[in-house]
Amino acid sequence: MDLGPNAPFIWTAYGMVAFVIAGLITWLVLDGREQQRRLADFEARGVKRRAGPEAGATSAEG
Amino acid sequence: MQSITQRLANPTQFMRLSARLLPWVAALAAAIIAYGLYLAFFVAPPDYLHGEIARIMFIHVPSAWMAMACYALIAVSAFGLLVFRHPLADVSAKAAAPIGAAFTFLALFTGSLWGKPAWGTYWVWDARLTSVLILFFLYLGLIALRSSIEDETLASKLTAILALVGIVMLPIIKFSVDWGNTLHQPSSVLKLGGPTIHSSILTPLLVMGAGFLVLFIAMHLKAMRNEILRRRVKALQLAEVARVQAGQVTAAAE
Repeated sequence: MDLGPNAPFIWTAYGMVAFVIAGLITWLVLDGREQQRRLADFEARGVKRRAGPEAGATSAEG
Repeated sequence: MQSITQRLANPTQFMRLSARLLPWVAALAAAIIAYGLYLAFFVAPPDYLHGEIARIMFIHVPSAWMAMACYALIAVSAFGLLVFRHPLADVSAKAAAPIGAAFTFLALFTGSLWGKPAWGTYWVWDARLTSVLILFFLYLGLIALRSSIEDETLASKLTAILALVGIVMLPIIKFSVDWGNTLHQPSSVLKLGGPTIHSSILTPLLVMGAGFLVLFIAMHLKAMRNEILRRRVKALQLAEVARVQAGQVTAAAE
């Protein structure tokens, strides 16, 4: 594929988009795993929430 | 029978539904973007004026669309939090901010790389470029404001207010190319009277736009799931602290 004299601009643009999107996806996956691991840790120690509204249901729960 | 809105308002229901949807949405995004890239590089002809460099358009324009759409979603979520106290509104707003910031950065970066060969400069302080830069800083401001306040209820409300004030940027960005001197080309897709781009370039652009939209939906779903899990972890931490304190009080009384 010949993109002419401006090829470096084109490849740099596409490369940056791929890099940023791949970085976002990696961060989301790793963050999800970390939260799951911490939840599993609490469950393993038998920690339970007090009776009340769903966690994450309101901003008041933080 | 619960409506879809009522079902989604329950975080547990949302987690169950999003777990089922997410793999399909992510796969659909990958498929659409792969097809869009094929169209962009192997089907779309060089632009009659800009030549090959116009191929940057297929990622620049969808990034800019997502930058604005994501902010609109944050503003709607902020409205949902402040007015309707929707249980997932704040989760949605918080989850969308980093993704929107990333798309805004990509719109600025790819536009700059298109500008150098097309205009002879990476940057000009005209209305369009400057207003998108302000949008980028607005995203960073939302993220910074939230993380700087420890009380999450207060943080979510203040962030929501800032998000609603900042929505004024969207029409400014949209019409900035019509209001003053700018190197940026005027709207050619989303305009009254229909698109003015030839279908050989418009089709790959719309396919890439659809791909970026579905990708954004997948990432937002995942980010919302992460945020709900984070809040559950925090609730458990608080419960554990309360249990330990209660145990100490009982021991002291004995």
